[in-house]
Amino acid sequence: MGEPGTKELLSLEELEASAGLRTGRKHTLSILTENKPGVLTRIAGLFARRGFNIDTLTVGPTDDPAISRFTLTVDGAMHPIDQVTKQLHKLINVLKIRDLEPDDTVTRELALFKVNADGNTRGEVMQICEIFRGKVVDVTKRSVIVEVTGTTEKVEAFERMIRPFGLIEMMRTGEIAISRGRGET
Amino acid sequence: MRAVDAVMECLKSEGVEVVFGLPGGANLPTYDALYDAGIRHVLVRHEAGGGHAAQGYAKATGNVGVCFATSGPGATNVVTPIVDAMMDSCPVVFITGQVRTDLLGTDGFQETDVIGITMPAVKHSFMIQHPLELPRAIHEAFHIARTGRPGPVVVDIPTDLSRADIPYEPVTDIQLPGYQPTTEGNTKQIRQAAKALASARRPVLYVGGGVINAGASAELIELAEFGKFPVTCTLLALGALPAPHEQWLGMLGMHGTRTANYAMDEADLICAIGARFDDRITGKLSEFAPRAKFIHIDIDPAEISKNVPAHIPIVGDAKNILGKLVKEYRALEGVESSRLDPWWQRIHEWQAKHPLRYEDSVDAEIKPQRLVEALYEATDNGNCILSTDIGQHQMWAAQYFHFDAPRKWIQSGGLGTMGFGLPAAMGAKVGRPDEMVVCLAGDGSVQMNMQELSTCAAEGIDVKVVIMNNGYLGMVRQWQELFWDKRYSNVDMRDGGEWPDFVKLAEAHGATGMRLSDKGTLVADLREALATPGPVMVDVRVTREENVYPMIAPGQAARDMVG
Repeated sequence: MGEPGTKELLSLEELEASAGLRTGRKHTLSILTENKPGVLTRIAGLFARRGFNIDTLTVGPTDDPAISRFTLTVDGAMHPIDQVTKQLHKLINVLKIRDLEPDDTVTRELALFKVNADGNTRGEVMQICEIFRGKVVDVTKRSVIVEVTGTTEKVEAFERMIRPFGLIEMMRTGEIAISRGRGET
Repeated sequence: MRAVDAVMECLKSEGVEVVFGLPGGANLPTYDALYDAGIRHVLVRHEAGGGHAAQGYAKATGNVGVCFATSGPGATNVVTPIVDAMMDSCPVVFITGQVRTDLLGTDGFQETDVIGITMPAVKHSFMIQHPLELPRAIHEAFHIARTGRPGPVVVDIPTDLSRADIPYEPVTDIQLPGYQPTTEGNTKQIRQAAKALASARRPVLYVGGGVINAGASAELIELAEFGKFPVTCTLLALGALPAPHEQWLGMLGMHGTRTANYAMDEADLICAIGARFDDRITGKLSEFAPRAKFIHIDIDPAEISKNVPAHIPIVGDAKNILGKLVKEYRALEGVESSRLDPWWQRIHEWQAKHPLRYEDSVDAEIKPQRLVEALYEATDNGNCILSTDIGQHQMWAAQYFHFDAPRKWIQSGGLGTMGFGLPAAMGAKVGRPDEMVVCLAGDGSVQMNMQELSTCAAEGIDVKVVIMNNGYLGMVRQWQELFWDKRYSNVDMRDGGEWPDFVKLAEAHGATGMRLSDKGTLVADLREALATPGPVMVDVRVTREENVYPMIAPGQAARDMVG
């Protein structure tokens, strides 16, 4: 095939389109933005009007007060991820986007579970809690609140275990993520 | 100096020569500053007219258009022009007044969240929160509007902030770290594209409005002529290749020529330049150009592979890239354009078999297609800038009028805004006063911004409006005829009487009114109308039920064109 820089012409049959494809996996996008009013609305609005679903979204400050970080998870089976990032890049306040490689990334979320736990079941709940290295942060006669930190998979596994006891309420923060090693996310 | 006076200084240093707008409570300070700023202001009769005029100005000149509107209803009235400018990548800065900061969020009189309302449809917007932000915001607004893929920018200024006293220093450094459009195309990719073009046996250059925006017509012509490539243009790009031209296939898409659509269908390589594969172009996407590989050149990376996956994507400015592409293509050895002979033979067969055609009347009745041809003759083969509204008349103009240069065809393409044509023509005339400017309108569309005829009369803006009057919302009628069993629901504009009387209305607006209905004298009558000084509105009565053909029916493939 005609490589760039050679005189050889190329054959059209060999050309392949690589973009616009669905990857079929979850993507964690780490987005640095200017800390200006309306940025969250711009990002949320963009997803809404382009028909992209946000699975989770967290926003917070960075070490630079002028810059915020959005961590956003999107299903690459439903949306062509390059379209999502390219549209995001068009927002003037968006500075940098990284599609984090799962193997090179540490992700965490925090979840709070309010669970039925009376005298009969409290022990068992506490045991599950211990296995997941959860923390009991509130106790009443009939319920406990458990704090769990970890990957989405771990939080979901805990939820599955605890649900049979009677899950009264659950709150999850959504994922935050940081890349492994010394380099910046 | 007052913040608003600083705004005027910013506008002047951005080279603004004219503003279209209408004052109100919340932008009183802006208008006070404008009073002796030395910038021309065109007082429109409706803010939508102001927005479209700014678009017409931008499209005709390539400069950034500017529109002022007050808060609340003033701002909501420019929402349509804002969306229109976004869809067609048209550089316009909208400066809106806003209620005082202490009233924000209280549902104050004429308060509306214009930033929120327009957010999905702007390239960017600035909500001014401190008077010191103003000069930088204005300069950044112009920079964003005109660079990269152009588009509308809104600056919303609360009235109390605009009166604040601030020190003004010209802003020379634009600091937008998140906005760095790529203009230089990747050299390797360009080389690859040249080789692909050289290998192609059935290539087509598919040209969009980006070529007009980039001013890349000369480079396009050079590439097309050197490589003997067939060229087709979208609605917005007409004039990018001078027509008539022997390599010109005509417009493509829903009402494009059969030749252009068949060529796309059978092409082995399509080189899209500043075009976005809109549904009006592709028809049924899964059957669009099934044999083709795609080179896609666009300044906006998000357009590439949005609808059709690109095999050779090149992000950057069309002028820059086409210039390099021609060079690379010329440098290739052993490339004979005679390899395209069979392809051209096929194309010529289509052209001979399927020219654009209509059946002319046998009496004095004026067929709408004939009106377009007559207008072309009366303007000495299209020696004018032509704007249109939306609908049948627009498609016939695209088919039967020919454009020999860019920026002579002023369109609302993506949004398809009825009422665009007249104010856009007004803006175009202000920007290019030495050109004849004609608006070909539909009798339905023209009524949507008719009030701007008064603006033309009052400001001495010499616009000629030719109404193709069939008494129908013609395109809707055509669809009802073809796809809805001829159930003509609410499309007859003469149901209940022939209102308005356009001749009287023209006179009431301070323009000259004429009515034409005789085919025999049509060209001469049009010449007379165009030669009449000042704004003129001509009511031309045409065949009522005529359809625009050929047509790719909605959801169908290009090869299945009808009519």
